[in-house]
Amino acid sequence: MTERSNEDWLQLLGGTDEMAVAELREFLRRGLRRGLAGWAAADDGFIEDMAQEGTLKVLSGLTTFRGDSRFTTWAVTVAVRVAFTELRRARWKDVSLDRLVEDAPSQQPAAAPAVEPSADSKAAILAEMHRVIATGLTERQRQALVAEFKGMPQAEIAARMGLTRNALYKLTHDARQSLKRGLEAAGIDGDGVREAFDL
Amino acid sequence: MSLSPDELRELAKYVLLTRPDEIGCDDWLGYAPSYAELIATSQPVPEPLQKAAGHLDLCPECAEEFRALMEALKEGGGV
Ligand SMILES: [Zn+2]
Repeated sequence: MTERSNEDWLQLLGGTDEMAVAELREFLRRGLRRGLAGWAAADDGFIEDMAQEGTLKVLSGLTTFRGDSRFTTWAVTVAVRVAFTELRRARWKDVSLDRLVEDAPSQQPAAAPAVEPSADSKAAILAEMHRVIATGLTERQRQALVAEFKGMPQAEIAARMGLTRNALYKLTHDARQSLKRGLEAAGIDGDGVREAFDL
Repeated sequence: MSLSPDELRELAKYVLLTRPDEIGCDDWLGYAPSYAELIATSQPVPEPLQKAAGHLDLCPECAEEFRALMEALKEGGGV
């Protein structure tokens, strides 16, 4: 690939120089092929598509490049996110957020076997977490948090809730903070949690 | 509607790591390129960037993307 300064890249791509666009796409294709090696779903066709999608995303976001790295490093970063969002979307596209959250059985912590020394504190922690999730969160916080810990990718949850990833992160971050405060208020500290869960 | 004990255990792990001043996934993406270059070239990481990179401990998806990014950068002498 032609060695270019960041300024050159920005100028050429800003003017949609065809050769520079083609070089960028090829650079992203090679980077993605290497970065996603080992992903069965990331076949040649997928990589090709994601290089194209990534190129479009880079071109439409040129003004968001901060200039504190090589331009090409930033471009690959953007393309990697595009590709992973798509990989995860493909795996979760048929799962309904509502059903994932609503169908989850409301499991109360099972009675702890008496032989386990940390069982009582573990049961207390689980009970407190259940309590905060059931009564201490907003409906949106609960929905986002439960879906996330049931394994749904953030981009999927965000899309279905009509949120940016940052806004979704804020929602689940606030939920985690409520849980942390709830545990603290119940007299359960970090060491207690680590010990009970063997973390 | 709730989480299983195993899922709550996983959640508890992240509750322990929770800080008041975390950054989100879109914010992290702004820091990722310069952080990746410093790591790839074994250079010291300035304090603010190190703090931002704490997001990788809290976000498995960004961590997964970052590993792929580091691998991708080995291609074509990107760094
Ligand atoms: Zn993230």
